Amino acid sequence: MPTVSLEVNGKPVKAEVEARTLLVQLLRYDLGLTGTHVGCDTSQCGACVIHVDGRAVKSCTMLALQAGGTKVVTIEGLARDGKLHPMQAAFKEHHGLQCGFCTPGMIMAAVDMANRIPNLDEKTVRHELEGNLCRCTGYHNIVQAVLAGAKAMRA
Amino acid sequence: MADTGIGASVRRKEDQRFITGRGHYTDDLNRPGQAYAFFVRSPHAHARIKSVNTAAAARSPGVIGVFTGQDVAADKLGSIPCGWGVTQKDGKPMNAPPHMPLAADKARYVGDQVALVVAETYNQARDAAEKVVVDYEVLPASVDLAATAKKGAPVIHDQAPNNVCFVWGLGDEAATKAAFAKAHHVAKLNLVNNRVIPNAIEPRAAIGDFDTGDDSYTLYVTSQNPHLARLVISAFVQIAPESKLRVVAPDVGGGFGSKIFIYAEECVVTWASRKVGRPVKWTAERFESFLSDAHGRDHLTHVELALDKDGKFLGLRVDTTANMGAYLSNFASAIPTYLYGTLLQGVYTTAAIYCEVTSVFTNTVPVDAVRGAGRPEATYLIERIVDVAASDMGIDRAEIRRRNFIAAIAFPYQTQVALQYDSGNYGASLEKALTMIDYAGFEKRRKEAAGRGKLRGIGLASYIEACGIAPSQVVGSLGAGVGLYEAGQVRFDATGNVTVFTGSHTHGQSHETTFAQIVSDYLGVPFEKIEVVHGDSGRIPFGMGTYGSRSLAVGGSAIVRAMDKVIAKGRRIAAHLLEASEADIEFKAGKFSVKGTDRAKTIGEIAFAAYVPHNYPLSELEPGLDETAFYDPANFTFPAGTHVCEVEIDRDTGVVAVERWVAVDDFGRIINPMVVAGQVQGGVAHGVGQALCEAAVYDKSGQLLTGSYMDYCMPRAGDLPSIEVDTTVTLCTHNPLGVKGCGETGAIAAPATLINAIVDALAPLGVKHIEMPATSQRVWQAIHSAS
Ligand code: FES
Ligand code: FES
Repeated sequence: MPTVSLEVNGKPVKAEVEARTLLVQLLRYDLGLTGTHVGCDTSQCGACVIHVDGRAVKSCTMLALQAGGTKVVTIEGLARDGKLHPMQAAFKEHHGLQCGFCTPGMIMAAVDMANRIPNLDEKTVRHELEGNLCRCTGYHNIVQAVLAGAKAMRA
Repeated sequence: MADTGIGASVRRKEDQRFITGRGHYTDDLNRPGQAYAFFVRSPHAHARIKSVNTAAAARSPGVIGVFTGQDVAADKLGSIPCGWGVTQKDGKPMNAPPHMPLAADKARYVGDQVALVVAETYNQARDAAEKVVVDYEVLPASVDLAATAKKGAPVIHDQAPNNVCFVWGLGDEAATKAAFAKAHHVAKLNLVNNRVIPNAIEPRAAIGDFDTGDDSYTLYVTSQNPHLARLVISAFVQIAPESKLRVVAPDVGGGFGSKIFIYAEECVVTWASRKVGRPVKWTAERFESFLSDAHGRDHLTHVELALDKDGKFLGLRVDTTANMGAYLSNFASAIPTYLYGTLLQGVYTTAAIYCEVTSVFTNTVPVDAVRGAGRPEATYLIERIVDVAASDMGIDRAEIRRRNFIAAIAFPYQTQVALQYDSGNYGASLEKALTMIDYAGFEKRRKEAAGRGKLRGIGLASYIEACGIAPSQVVGSLGAGVGLYEAGQVRFDATGNVTVFTGSHTHGQSHETTFAQIVSDYLGVPFEKIEVVHGDSGRIPFGMGTYGSRSLAVGGSAIVRAMDKVIAKGRRIAAHLLEASEADIEFKAGKFSVKGTDRAKTIGEIAFAAYVPHNYPLSELEPGLDETAFYDPANFTFPAGTHVCEVEIDRDTGVVAVERWVAVDDFGRIINPMVVAGQVQGGVAHGVGQALCEAAVYDKSGQLLTGSYMDYCMPRAGDLPSIEVDTTVTLCTHNPLGVKGCGETGAIAAPATLINAIVDALAPLGVKHIEMPATSQRVWQAIHSAS
């Protein structure tokens, strides 16, 4: 089996994987990083969003081997030194989650969104969340959380 | 206590683990020695299984075992039951054909489980499944809901001639006929309640784990009701006695009804774990969720409303054909009957009601409860026909509702369809909602939109629902196979911390927070010192689980009853310690004190004394402070309210933009307003999805055409507006908290609200009705066939 080397949440990782192994499978099943979720098989729900070299990627859409040499950050790596990332804190403060299953992907997508777009407004957030499904919240509080989290990231 | 007690928008205890990726959903769990399962599913909607050849699959790399319907039969597993026996109009029982965990004789829908492959890795199981050779004799399928009961349609079960499960009636047929005979006007409508697919974002999963040491099983499963799963898998499927089966439902990523049911997959992996002597894990891929999670709704209805000359409702007649799919799921028969017909009074004084439901089998995925379950269907038809009547008679839509509301002073109110409403004030929610949206100013906004080339419409729906299911003796007399109480246990430890064990299950509802608020408020224990435990039949005395917005009304009430017992015992301990008579002890804000004195003991001190009983009335009282209560409600609860929304339709594309949404609901006492608003918003989005874009579509041969997120349209953030939420309050009169329930009302109110708004927008073109989902194509066609 081929080997892949990459950095995950700041730590070097080396793993043997079948060529068909998806990046999300490597994270969840080989590395035990189960915070990244799988909600679909057609790259639409966004439960699996992580950061690869600083950009949001649906980890179900990438082969583990394609991630060789990259720096990956998952939801587990977002909080630093026991302190929540402002986007995580905003999701809690604004009740942006219910069952929590879409949440890691939402937060990772939201951080990327805030990094890319300086002045987010409600309409833009709603449009940008096109690739993330939530069945619980009706998105209302997710949108509030993303707006507040983005603001806190700039502060 | 005010900031963490009842009524405070306390931030959630459960969030920390979810926002940091440390939740424990079923697929996150792994058992030592675990093997992986993949199911072979029928590619045909209806086919005789002539043989299943597993030899090549068994030789495939990594394969540990391959199992078929014959193996299930050889081990004498039982059928997965339908737990609600409906008595037909003619007095006969419904036709309830068996549903074996793996099909042996026939496959009855695309996705039906035919065989199971267990292997060392998931990929090996999946690869080997392709080598299972099933010799099918393909049979003609019966897929069309309108035609399945007609002569000549292919018969799906020998036990159900004509594919009819039951014909059921409710209400007074003769009185309704008489009401129509004296009507000034009769409004009529045919409508479709479209079939929806639940789509919790977490796919179903199960790990069966047989312990060869003590012959016991543990099942980890995505369930809304682990105890019910244990009961069914033990008593009906007969895999193991309840004492030898523990069911754990850890973090669950949304249910919406779909995880109430006990599915073939979890039965089979439990059984298979013994066959292979290893834990067996199965996790659905999304395509399997589409093909095997119970679908919802799927009604064809003809409704007629009789009115007098002033627009008062004299009679309502409803004729519905309801789809059961290929097998009866656990609660399938209750949905279009006792959760539907019984709601047809709505919030109105309609004098006579009759409803007849024909429930039928088709070669499609089984149909059962999805968020709202029966009540969205009832609300949709009532609120649509009320709008049709208003338009026919030229009466304002808010005004016709006002004229027919059950008055705030008329409670308790006995309906024509078996329920007794305990409290409500329907006018109050309507007026508040109309004010919030500026109903009076709408025509100006319509005009302004028309100036921009847009069709603007406003729609409202005044719904009611029955939840907090339910008094066990009532549901028992109506055919339920189980009681519907709930269990709660409140345990102090010696250091004054409290653990609350509840039979309710939280999969988004926020019980870990809201139940702790109640306990903190009642017992005066700091919120941080309270832990809520749920989802494990091995830790919790018993439970009926979470569905039908019952957790707070029934599960919360059980906890209150357990706290009453804690306080009663604490009072006796305090009397001893304070050397006072029990009658002189009062309990307030966490302290037992002797009336009229400053002598007192905190509940923490009482707990310590109970666990370290050195100075303790041991001859009269057991040590410990740990009480359990079972609460069986006296009645359903009846949340009600009015939703109003405004839409704008683009004439060129038919695209409907939902511009505003106002929800005013009466949930009784509110524990956590933040959580309640979130539940309403989520429910509204679910209902908007049904009304605007969601639909399960089958082709004639029974292939599901909407089997992925490419083809099944889920509502996205951009499809929805901000959802403005407010409440009015009348307390529930029969539970100790005065609460009603809020989890489903959005999904109940939204479809009618939205379709009423769309029809209003299109009304100037002469459009009188549009079917759900009102996709842009359908709306565009309506615009173009009208003009
Ligand atoms: S799992 Fe759904 S988009 Fe990746
Ligand atoms: S919080 Fe449950 S799917 Fe988003």
